Amino acid sequence: MKLLRGSIATGLMFGIGGAYLALVGVLMMMQKRPVVFGAFSLGHTALLLLGLGTGAMVARHRESRAVALGLGLLAGLAAALPIALLGLTIATLPLQAIFIAASPALVHMLSFGLAPPQGAAAMLGVGSLAALSGAALAISPPRLRRAVIAGGMAVVVGGVFQELIQLILQYGGPIGAVRDFLYTWQGLRPEGAAALFLAAAAASETLSWLRGTPHAAGADERRRRRFIAAGLALLVLVLMPVLAGAYIGQVLMLVGLYILMGMGLNLEVGLAGLLDLGFVAFFAVGAYTTALLTSQSALALLHLTYWEAMPVAVLTAVVGGMLFGLPVLGVRGDYLAVATLGLGEIVRIIVLSDFAAPLLGGPQGVLDIPKPRIGSLELASPVALFYLTLVCAGVAAFIAWRLENSRLGRAWEALRDDEDVAQALGINLVRSKLLAYGLGAAFAGLAGSIFAVMLGSVYPSSFQLLISINVLALIIVGGMGSLPGVVLGAIALIALPELLREFGDYRYLFYGAVLIVMMRLKPEGLWPSEVRSRELHAAEEPADAGMIPAAERP
Amino acid sequence: MSAGDVAALGGARLPRLGAVGMALWTVRFLVFGVVVAGIIGTIVKDRYTAAQWFDFVLFGLTIGSIYAQIALGYTMVYGVLRLINFAHGDIMMSGAFAGLFVANPLENSGFLEAHPVLGMAAILAVAMTVSGGIAVLTERIAYRPFRRVRGLAPLICAIGVSFFLEQTFRGFFGSGVKSYPDPSWQRAAFHFGGVEVPRIDVLVMVLALAFMAVLYAIVQRTRMGTAMRAVSEDPEAAALMGIDIDKVVVFTFLLGGAMAGIAGVFYAFLYKQVYFYMGFTPGIKAFGAAVLGGIGNIPGAVLGGFFLGLVESVGPTLVLDGLGIPAPYQLRDVIAYTLLIMVLIFRPEGILGERMARKRA
Repeated sequence: MKLLRGSIATGLMFGIGGAYLALVGVLMMMQKRPVVFGAFSLGHTALLLLGLGTGAMVARHRESRAVALGLGLLAGLAAALPIALLGLTIATLPLQAIFIAASPALVHMLSFGLAPPQGAAAMLGVGSLAALSGAALAISPPRLRRAVIAGGMAVVVGGVFQELIQLILQYGGPIGAVRDFLYTWQGLRPEGAAALFLAAAAASETLSWLRGTPHAAGADERRRRRFIAAGLALLVLVLMPVLAGAYIGQVLMLVGLYILMGMGLNLEVGLAGLLDLGFVAFFAVGAYTTALLTSQSALALLHLTYWEAMPVAVLTAVVGGMLFGLPVLGVRGDYLAVATLGLGEIVRIIVLSDFAAPLLGGPQGVLDIPKPRIGSLELASPVALFYLTLVCAGVAAFIAWRLENSRLGRAWEALRDDEDVAQALGINLVRSKLLAYGLGAAFAGLAGSIFAVMLGSVYPSSFQLLISINVLALIIVGGMGSLPGVVLGAIALIALPELLREFGDYRYLFYGAVLIVMMRLKPEGLWPSEVRSRELHAAEEPADAGMIPAAERP
Repeated sequence: MSAGDVAALGGARLPRLGAVGMALWTVRFLVFGVVVAGIIGTIVKDRYTAAQWFDFVLFGLTIGSIYAQIALGYTMVYGVLRLINFAHGDIMMSGAFAGLFVANPLENSGFLEAHPVLGMAAILAVAMTVSGGIAVLTERIAYRPFRRVRGLAPLICAIGVSFFLEQTFRGFFGSGVKSYPDPSWQRAAFHFGGVEVPRIDVLVMVLALAFMAVLYAIVQRTRMGTAMRAVSEDPEAAALMGIDIDKVVVFTFLLGGAMAGIAGVFYAFLYKQVYFYMGFTPGIKAFGAAVLGGIGNIPGAVLGGFFLGLVESVGPTLVLDGLGIPAPYQLRDVIAYTLLIMVLIFRPEGILGERMARKRA
């Protein structure tokens, strides 16, 4: 009985989640992107995944197959119920006056194009079948499961990113033939999807056969493999703009900028434990300094070349960072977050105001920033600027890596863990904190400087608090204090939404969700630094009985 | 550690103070100097009439009463959980939206025009229910798992909740600004010997004070309120006395959320508009008000709210105008944020100094 109730509750939770996605508009947005052209959209994929997930969730770790499958079926029905009800409600009530996403198109999607009652019945049927398959998958042998998952993922990735993949496969000859077999110009063909599925499943099968038992490899071996894989992925990324052109160059350039900022904030938050929500101010300082020093507009102070202005911008950001950090030296934890947020907002409001307009141009900002030049070569294209970003990010990454293992890095880590103990051990709090703010700001200043030449103009609306949250989210996803994590986080949170353009409106919804989910399920991030994961696992011992840790009690 | 030590902490935290201490003192003198210079400038220029000053003060008190209501939520949650509910401003926003969807049909049907009391009661009831519910849900999903976790994780999660709520409302109701109904009985004004007092200001302030009195009575007089105070005093001892901490926490969120919902409706009636991002700035400011009054301290939060409202309403004209800054009203939020930061830096225990501020500075 308890089992039944639990499964139904799980199903209902998934179903309510699905109904939420529908009402918030995400489902319709996904519906516009085909996975298999003309046959299957991302929206339906999402619903299918919800069903599969429900089934897998309730069937996990069940002894008996019949029980697992039965529970899966039941949970699937429960999951489909809220969604089907939502479809019926929207079809009958004029909900769109309140919920803008509750459109006839949504009804059409939720009822698979059928009349409302039949559509609701179809949703229940599809839901229970999907969950049943999910349950079957969950109790199937691991190798089969891996193969099916790999195949499914290949189809989804190949279909969703079809524009990008087609751009990369822009060749004649055999590559062109493969492309034409898989894709029409609008998307994945059904037979292409089948081929992709089989190929990926076969590849997964071969891999697991080659690897033998996957968990036999030692920790070192696995780490090495991970680094090799990451290195390869990085190499592909580096070469991608040349292969795929300006659009990808633009996207990767943004990723590069966020990696730079991420590494900077990582010094502050990840290493030194100073949660800085005003981080975007340093980005702005770098951008405005570059603009004022190089621009052709009337606001310019000097007309330096970019290469002269960039170091000045970085230095200004460092000074800015230290000045910013100075007053909040004695502020800790949550108060620090709010204080820095306030400081960042003050900077933004002042830049935007008429008061500072004679100097900074007010809402219009500073225009006419020339592109950097090397000799006679102008770095004007996104691809060229991407490589500039890449070089800067590489240098910055080296510095960040050396800092992490330096005396200063250790001091920061000590400070993060316990300020009082760190001080007792003879760490100079003032110096360490100011250096954290200053060096973190340097990275952001560099990013801002490149950002200014990328856009050719700077204006205050580019420097919203949202940028700070973006950067924070990406280092959380990657893993606080972890350099490869920053790269991973930037790719996941910046590149993906850029590539799925219609995602744009919802990216902050996902960031919010990501922050919550990561903090709850995987606070150390996807690629944690070793120290961090060790700490977190040490902390899994039974917690204190009270609500407040001992240190905080009188 | 006593409250007195907390005051000393600001200094004792960094013993080799030297340059830093001097810098902090410079900041104090700078801000003080700017304020004094601005006030003198304004007095010398004498550009505003007494009636205008009265308007500024009245509006300051009105908006202050709304900040006070929001600040109560921060302070109560902080009291029982030692957590800053970063999403509290967005809970207020949810109340404003919920109110809108009741207010609009009521206005269109003429009900709000004809029965102001009943209409407002319905709007407020729905707003309180929705935002109280969202606050409780938030606690259940995002905050409860972090009850025993120290460090940045709960705060980061709270930031995530804030964004999630904002963007959810944006997805549900669109990103545009929606206008709030403007019934005629709100537009009228009282006249006191030549001074015009907008009725909505008085209404908001009086109602806000009444609701805050009710809340204070609940906290001081009821069993649940007593339990709340016990938990914020010492959660372990409270648990040993048989108090169900989970229940107390849920109740606290419900109370704070409902209060924020009321504040949201008032805020929307005052500015006549709602949008998904509207909770952010008042939320941060109200947090500042809560700290100003001594976080965890209920009368302090009310006082802090009124003070902050006054400062940000009178400040632009009193200080910035005197300095000859163009369009001083644009910098209104700078004043509020400066006050917030100054409090966080120099007096984190607040004006009324609550022992709960210990260890936070």
